[in-house]
Amino acid sequence: MSIKEWEDSVILRRPGEAFVEDQKAGGESERARERESMGGWAIAVHGGAGVDPNLPLPRQEEAKKLLTRCLNIGVSALEANLSALDVVELVVRELETDPIFNSGRGSALSERGTVEMEASIMDGQKRRCGAVSGVSTVKNPVSLARMVMEKSPHSYLAFDGAEDFARQQGLELVENSYFITEENVGMLKLAKEAKTILFDYRVPADTCSAGAGSMVMNGMPISIYAPETVGCVVVDREGRCAAATSTGGLMNKMHGRIGDSPLIGSGTYACELCAVSCTGEGEAIIRSTLARDVAAVMEYKGLKLQDAIDFVIKERLDEGYAGLIAVSGNGEVGYGFNTTGMFRGCATEDGFMEVGIWE
Amino acid sequence: MGWAIALHGGAGDIPRSMPADRREPREAALRHCLNLGVTALKTHQSPLDVVELVVRELENCPHFNAGRGSVLTSDGTVEMEACIMNGTTKKCGAVSGLKTVVNAITLARLVMEKTPHIYLAFDGAEAFAREQGVQTMDSRHFITEENIERLKQAKQANTVQIDFTQPAPSPKIMPEKISPVDGDSQIGTVGCVAVDGLGNLAAATSTGGLVNKMVGRIGDTPIIGSGTYANNLCAVSATGKGEAIIRATVARDVAALMEYKGLSLEEAAAYVIEQQVPKGNAGLVAVSAAGDITMPYNTAGMFRACATEDGYSEVAIWND
Repeated sequence: MSIKEWEDSVILRRPGEAFVEDQKAGGESERARERESMGGWAIAVHGGAGVDPNLPLPRQEEAKKLLTRCLNIGVSALEANLSALDVVELVVRELETDPIFNSGRGSALSERGTVEMEASIMDGQKRRCGAVSGVSTVKNPVSLARMVMEKSPHSYLAFDGAEDFARQQGLELVENSYFITEENVGMLKLAKEAKTILFDYRVPADTCSAGAGSMVMNGMPISIYAPETVGCVVVDREGRCAAATSTGGLMNKMHGRIGDSPLIGSGTYACELCAVSCTGEGEAIIRSTLARDVAAVMEYKGLKLQDAIDFVIKERLDEGYAGLIAVSGNGEVGYGFNTTGMFRGCATEDGFMEVGIWE
Repeated sequence: MGWAIALHGGAGDIPRSMPADRREPREAALRHCLNLGVTALKTHQSPLDVVELVVRELENCPHFNAGRGSVLTSDGTVEMEACIMNGTTKKCGAVSGLKTVVNAITLARLVMEKTPHIYLAFDGAEAFAREQGVQTMDSRHFITEENIERLKQAKQANTVQIDFTQPAPSPKIMPEKISPVDGDSQIGTVGCVAVDGLGNLAAATSTGGLVNKMVGRIGDTPIIGSGTYANNLCAVSATGKGEAIIRATVARDVAALMEYKGLSLEEAAAYVIEQQVPKGNAGLVAVSAAGDITMPYNTAGMFRACATEDGYSEVAIWND
């Protein structure tokens, strides 16, 4: 597309047109997702894979509202020509700040009843990346991950060192109690009583049937499976890809546990071809280096974005359950999951927008 | 077919002028560890047991940057990390931020086998070590005179020191040569990969990280797919500049090129080292299910050794 054509297309669209929540019928959205892109921007967000089918409708609506709001924030930023990297950070900050999903405020609690958050961010252009783990007072861990990428000689800082760095950089800090919601305190209690690592923090163990009957994770029993990590992937008008993921991890997790979210190539990955953010059973995502594998099958096997996503979800996860969102450098957007549902939303420059939970 | 083993003691700017009194103990340690691994493979120990055994020995050797002999953080402390992966099951375990655990690699294996998680770090990992009763030592055990001196020099140069074996250049040269931004290196990291006659593969990597690294810094070593990876095709352990290895997901990419592009082990490893990582940044050792070995690097040298069932064996530093 020439600059003239691009300008025309921008002028032709009425302001706000792309901002309307537009939940298209399955066939139509499928076609829209797989369309050959004209190279405009594209964005996808997620709030976790593995949703209990019995999740009360008001909670489903609440989650969809938040996803829509975050998409709109991202879309406005892209329309204002912010870079992909800025947009993923902005959107994930918003998801962290809202207590609905398991990141930032609303994070799952460790066995000690505290919050230990982790996040990562990757800039596809130069494949620069930053990650943090064990963060307990930083309001927006994804911004700390970006600081690690841009202001430190390293790409990954954890626990006290990450906290020290946040102080040094003057990031906004809050008490650990800020992140802890009453609901999560209750869920930790339930998890401890059940002696399990509780994934879902809002559906009691005995009513949760998500996860397609997976009762074992990494050889250990679990009763529930519905992590609600958040993430965002973006390709901007210049074809730059970026990805960011943030999480509180697992309910009742061991102190010090690191999951897939901060691991480049597992929970998060971006290069020139695509950007990917994963969610689900962390241990399965790590073993399958899920995010990098989407890019690897595109790079080494020549698969298109949605084919690459379908391939890794089908072939790479072994017995694990997970989902992911992705965009390609030429403006396609896609997602895939083998869990019961995934909180997600996506939008492209040509006006396509979708927010959904189930298949 | 047949068993094969390869191990490394780090890749980097190892000068050919390195004096014999610094070179020979390292060569001897590599040979000793290789023999240990070969004997274990000959007695049909599993590749997973073999890589753990060999890396433990490398950790215990003060000449390499892992376990005893780990380099120091900006606070003068050690923060060790390690990772192990079983190619047959793709199960894996990793640890970071260890201060008292004598053999980080063994704790990584315990995380794999005794927890529902893959990766534990810092206080939580230390607490788990105590719970499991693994050998711990006061942190003085890990800190060598040489590394105290190295930290002092790095601090004077105000940089994250890159080279493990070279006497530190004068502060005047250092900051130009290695800006803090690209000084992300792990010279002296240790690792081992092994395959048995049945094609079972395993990989293990262990490190103290970087001289003068920030407290809390995690490198490529414990990250599955970056510093360490194994599946049913190959096992890979990488070493070099952590940042470059992480962004190129070096270890997984060797396997991905074999899996998705049909390259041989040697071609895949050469592609990753030559095309995906900037020159001077990394090296790796890898074995395939068929018993092939490759040990490419794009640095000046890499401490390495390997052996195969048909009697081939090699201990080397540079490309001669």
